[in-house]
Amino acid sequence: MNANAIKAMLTSAAVVALSCGAAVAEQEPAPGVLVINGDIEITTEVKAPDYIDGLDMAYSGWRFRASETQAFELDDFDNPGMIFVEEAQVVWDTVDGSEGKSCASCHDGPESMKGVRAVYPKWNEAAGKVTTIEDEINNCRTTRMGAEAWDYNSDTIRSMNGLITLQSRGMPVNVAVDGPAKETWEKGKELYYARTGQLELSCANCHEDHYGDLIRAEVLSQGQINGFPVYRLKDSVLTGVHNRFKGCVRDTRAETYSPGSDEFRALELYVSSRGNGLSVEGPSVRN
Amino acid sequence: MKRTTLILASMLISGTAWADTAYEAVAFVDGAVAESLTGTPGDAAEGRKVMESKALGNCVTCHQVTAMADVPFHGEIGPSLDGAADRWDEAQLRGIIANAKMTFEGSMMPSFYKTTGFIRPGDAFTGKAATEPLAPLLTGQQIEDVVAYLLTLKE
Ligand code: HEC
Ligand code: HEC
Repeated sequence: MNANAIKAMLTSAAVVALSCGAAVAEQEPAPGVLVINGDIEITTEVKAPDYIDGLDMAYSGWRFRASETQAFELDDFDNPGMIFVEEAQVVWDTVDGSEGKSCASCHDGPESMKGVRAVYPKWNEAAGKVTTIEDEINNCRTTRMGAEAWDYNSDTIRSMNGLITLQSRGMPVNVAVDGPAKETWEKGKELYYARTGQLELSCANCHEDHYGDLIRAEVLSQGQINGFPVYRLKDSVLTGVHNRFKGCVRDTRAETYSPGSDEFRALELYVSSRGNGLSVEGPSVRN
Repeated sequence: MKRTTLILASMLISGTAWADTAYEAVAFVDGAVAESLTGTPGDAAEGRKVMESKALGNCVTCHQVTAMADVPFHGEIGPSLDGAADRWDEAQLRGIIANAKMTFEGSMMPSFYKTTGFIRPGDAFTGKAATEPLAPLLTGQQIEDVVAYLLTLKE
């Protein structure tokens, strides 16, 4: 059987699954294949890790978006998030702080960051805790460059994260959930299932029990973070993971946590692990 | 003239304050609430407005209602409410709106009359902390109005 015939078969199987799956809450997204620049193949669905009880399959948020939104990611010339990556490239080479150094002084080109995004958040022995890429960027700035830390949620740090993320595009997300990171992971899991705010909604209520369903005009995704930082068409800037979490928690009419808080670090590790095996996709585009 | 309006307005405000049953005093029996929350009969037309308003019930975010087809974008989180009045009586509907978790264990549907016992309660959608008891998501009369509208949904 040739590849096209197999593809056609898969497609019709998925359509059947969709139409008889109407009674169950969570719905598989329509089939879709993402190849960026005709070259980088992105895994947008993968069997979920065994330690994630609530999911059989993990899907990138890309799969749940309308085809017009999806199209922005097919070519980096059409991806508005790339403007911020270009800005970060300039910052990468710019000397700052008392030590007279830039990122490039220690790391050469940004290609040296290949693989980094795939394994963060990660246990940091020196810090004695799980850290994010934002933390590591600020650690370099303060301890190695003698420069001031950037605000955790600043445009600059999100753009720099975009540049670092880009180097790992297409690599499988592979955060460690055991060893010294285990305790943080458990805490993140607890936060994921906590029904917060006056609406008493947990992440799982929307993104585990109802992905694929409409919530008013929006199709819920699994809330995966393999695509971060995300360029949101309605904000016209790159959004960081913690900023997105904050928005979702606020929408439950709850007191939110702050970007850069230990709670959101733990949640980031846990949510990343729900998508272990999906490709690093950022900077991605969502509505 | 202005004075009369003011007096009327303050009567209305204090009126709701003492007419509404406190959440703690609402008697749920198998999830149903037999007694009106206000003593004033519900107004179905007002109830429909509460159900479509994002700032109030926001019910169509999760439910489809054929009779509300003029309101754009109905969600598919909960079941369609078509024929709700064939499945539930008035007391059961009042109970479902006041606190759906008394009828459906662990339901995703918000408890519209509950005022305490939340995890990290916030001040509406500001993301800031709020102190319990919170004002309920809907007033007693808004719930009575919604119940009146739901009772029109027969198949
Ligand atoms: C009331 C429903 C609701 C709750 C509760 C909720 N979210 Fe979301 N979330 C949404 C909607 C709607 C979107 C936009 C559509 C989409 O991508 O799913 C979204 C988007 C996201 C995204 C962006 C996905 C992407 O591909 O860009 C992430 C990440 C996310 N949510 C994580 C979370 C986490 C973590 C929690 C809990 C702290 C949470 N959400 C709670 C409704 C919710
Ligand atoms: C966040 C989602 C959500 C919102 C908002 C919501 N509901 Fe529900 N509702 C549900 C779910 C889910 C169920 C199914 C019961 C269950 O298994 O939890 C339900 C069940 C019901 C039922 C019983 C269903 C039946 O058999 O007819 C009624 C009636 C109802 N809701 C009315 C309302 C009204 C009226 C509002 C607004 C004031 C509302 N709901 C807001 C999610 C929601």
